[in-house]
Amino acid sequence: MSSLAIGMVEKALKRNIPLSVQLDLTYRCNERCIHCYLDHDDHGEMTTAEIKDLLDQMADAGVFYLTISGGEILMRRDFFGILEHARLRTFCIKLKTNGVLLRKQEADRIKALGVESVQISIYSHRHEVHDAITKRPGSLRRSIEAVRLLREHGLHVVMANVLMSQNVNDYRRVRELAGELGAQFVVDPTITPMMDGDRSILALNVDEAALREVFRNEALVGNVEEFCAPPQGADENALEMLPCSAGHTACYVSPYGDVYPCVQFPLPSGNVRRTKFADIWRDSPQLNEVRSIRLRDMPSCFRCTHGGTCTRCPGLAYLEGNMRGPSVQDCEKSYARTGIASENLKSRRAAAQTVPILQLVQIQGLGPSAPHPSPEVRGPVQRLE
Amino acid sequence: MKPNLFVARCKAIAARGLGAETMVMSATSSTLFTLNEVASVIWKSIDGTTPLREIVAREVCSKYDVPLDVALEGAEAVVRGLAQHGLLVISEKPISVSIGSSKADQ
Repeated sequence: MSSLAIGMVEKALKRNIPLSVQLDLTYRCNERCIHCYLDHDDHGEMTTAEIKDLLDQMADAGVFYLTISGGEILMRRDFFGILEHARLRTFCIKLKTNGVLLRKQEADRIKALGVESVQISIYSHRHEVHDAITKRPGSLRRSIEAVRLLREHGLHVVMANVLMSQNVNDYRRVRELAGELGAQFVVDPTITPMMDGDRSILALNVDEAALREVFRNEALVGNVEEFCAPPQGADENALEMLPCSAGHTACYVSPYGDVYPCVQFPLPSGNVRRTKFADIWRDSPQLNEVRSIRLRDMPSCFRCTHGGTCTRCPGLAYLEGNMRGPSVQDCEKSYARTGIASENLKSRRAAAQTVPILQLVQIQGLGPSAPHPSPEVRGPVQRLE
Repeated sequence: MKPNLFVARCKAIAARGLGAETMVMSATSSTLFTLNEVASVIWKSIDGTTPLREIVAREVCSKYDVPLDVALEGAEAVVRGLAQHGLLVISEKPISVSIGSSKADQ
């Protein structure tokens, strides 16, 4: 981020301005990705008029960066009407699409409407792998065509590669493909729980060895020595640092008008069908609680050796049950990066070591209906051992 | 006397007020600019049909106690710089509203 952009964020933070919003227009989608965290049924999406009114409210509240996503945005027949309205209100517009429905006509309009960037997920350079992840035959071909078309229109295209066990060996070739197409390449090694809290898709996450390899790829992380350097405990500044922009200068709005701190942080904080966007942003008790979180207040992270450098996501922590607690997924990333376990992982490992004895006692004493230790507690630790 | 300049905002831009300042970005270059208070006043006032001289006299000189020639020279430098980055169009004739028709989000 440039110093100018950092300065802008600092000013927005000081003035409590929601600089950045992701607005999902729909959860409907023409793909059925195996790692997707959404329910694709339509439970009452906002109308065109509601969305345009929301865009007006967001512009008035100071939103500058507007990411329009889904679901698949082109599933909305009114998509370009919404996009035109967003342009009229002078947002910096970023789109996320799978590109399957995108043809020359759509590319022409996206170009004409001054979209800053378009992100398209490409899971693999291999059709059989990508299409198996999206569960849509021919989807890689269509998505690649969309990337090519948008690039021919001179648009900034981001190829996003979400890593999971199915495609973990393909990211280098996807990166090469992005280079050939003139697209930016980003890789995301985190599969997140579904928004309803279902954690079953976490089984798709890459293992620790694969994560370690990704974190040592200079092309992805830059200076490996610096990126994987031993952690530093939190100093006084770190104790007061904000965990991320969620709820501070950014938030997320669902197709149903629900406001959350972030798409990855599904803490219901209000609904724009009942309350004005600016009022939710300013007065929501949930957002204000998120804003109050500091490292100093988190008992399990406060003394952790990773405290000064941890990339803890409060949304993932929330989905694990406590937004003021650690996020196991981020603890695992810190471990893969540095080889040093966080305080949270150490205590989980210690607890896991006692599990077989407890199980034995329970089985002997209570029979087949005995309660089993939660897989959420045991799973991630087992992956590291 | 120099000819009047008419200035209009381009369509494919992002702009938002942040306090007295304004953030501006061209979609084509993804380059971010921040306009200071005085430049923001000019940015808000440009409409393609009012001469820049008139805007500067009305919005800058009267409020900031600056001589017109000095303020105009500075304003021209700012608008030419922004025009080079595709954020504004400049002409010696009034500019059609359709070029810079973005609703003024200041």
